[in-house]
Amino acid sequence: MAVIHRVCRTFAQRNIAMILKRDWWKLLAVFLVGYTIVAGLLGEVPRLPILNETIRNLYFHVTMWFVMLLLFTISVVSSIAYLATEKPLWDIRAETGVKVGMVTATLGIITGMVWANFTWGKPWVNDPKLNGAAVSFLGYAAYIILRQSIDDTEKKARISAVYNIFAFVMMIVFIQVLPRLTDSLHPGNGGNPAFSSYDLDSNMRSVFYPAVIGWFLIGYWFYSLQVRLKKIKLQLEDASWEK
Amino acid sequence: MGKINKISVHSHFLRIALLVMSPLLIFADNGIEMADTFRQDGKIYVVVTVMLLIFAGLIAYLFYVDRKVSKLEKSVHAEKM
Repeated sequence: MAVIHRVCRTFAQRNIAMILKRDWWKLLAVFLVGYTIVAGLLGEVPRLPILNETIRNLYFHVTMWFVMLLLFTISVVSSIAYLATEKPLWDIRAETGVKVGMVTATLGIITGMVWANFTWGKPWVNDPKLNGAAVSFLGYAAYIILRQSIDDTEKKARISAVYNIFAFVMMIVFIQVLPRLTDSLHPGNGGNPAFSSYDLDSNMRSVFYPAVIGWFLIGYWFYSLQVRLKKIKLQLEDASWEK
Repeated sequence: MGKINKISVHSHFLRIALLVMSPLLIFADNGIEMADTFRQDGKIYVVVTVMLLIFAGLIAYLFYVDRKVSKLEKSVHAEKM
């Protein structure tokens, strides 16, 4: 009896200690996104025309795009690091950043289309912001196809790293710059109501900022799992592989 | 189209009903439609609970996969040694 008790205790202590020491940010991610779901649905929001209750999409739809921006940034930095060092781990990081970022971008596009279908009556309208997002999405899809079309590992890593820098710049121009230069139907652009025009709404800020951090951490969690798996694969394939 | 009209007619009816009862029900309402009745009924708590449960399930699975990857890392590392 005492033995079982001791085994259970050491097991639990070791696990909890490990989680608190190494994986504390995963618990933080769970807490922050959990808070986002509760406070995002129950909290006070400003009463705005067109948006009505859908202003709460800010905590979910917009954060997906933020996570994509984070992952694509990690990816482009890794690509530059690969070109500087030629270490295969940087190529793994760059590739995974794009692939996981594409997942959150897809979620962003789909949730946006659901909203547009309800609000504008059509899932897609010819709007600079929407088309800009589509163009940069295709740009990153081309990155994945480019990788698949080159067999030689080093050549693949080098060419795709160069392309990744190009795709990142295009993405920033199409999503962040061009929609601001013209009128757009998208909330927050061209005088359409959004969170930004009510920047002083502290109720929404107290949910939105934790939401961004929480989703950032969740996105990074997915990313790190993929990187670890690919690292294992590389280690198994190549005996001489070193860090 | 017909469905949308129906909904807005319905909510106009609700709005008029609320206006009639306004001495009793005071909202911080600027005339923009929000899901006030839905919230008053407490049905929003059902939605919050469902979303939290699904989120909890996804996170539990994520932790499970995470542990599997950690074990794999350990075994590969041990093999190398």
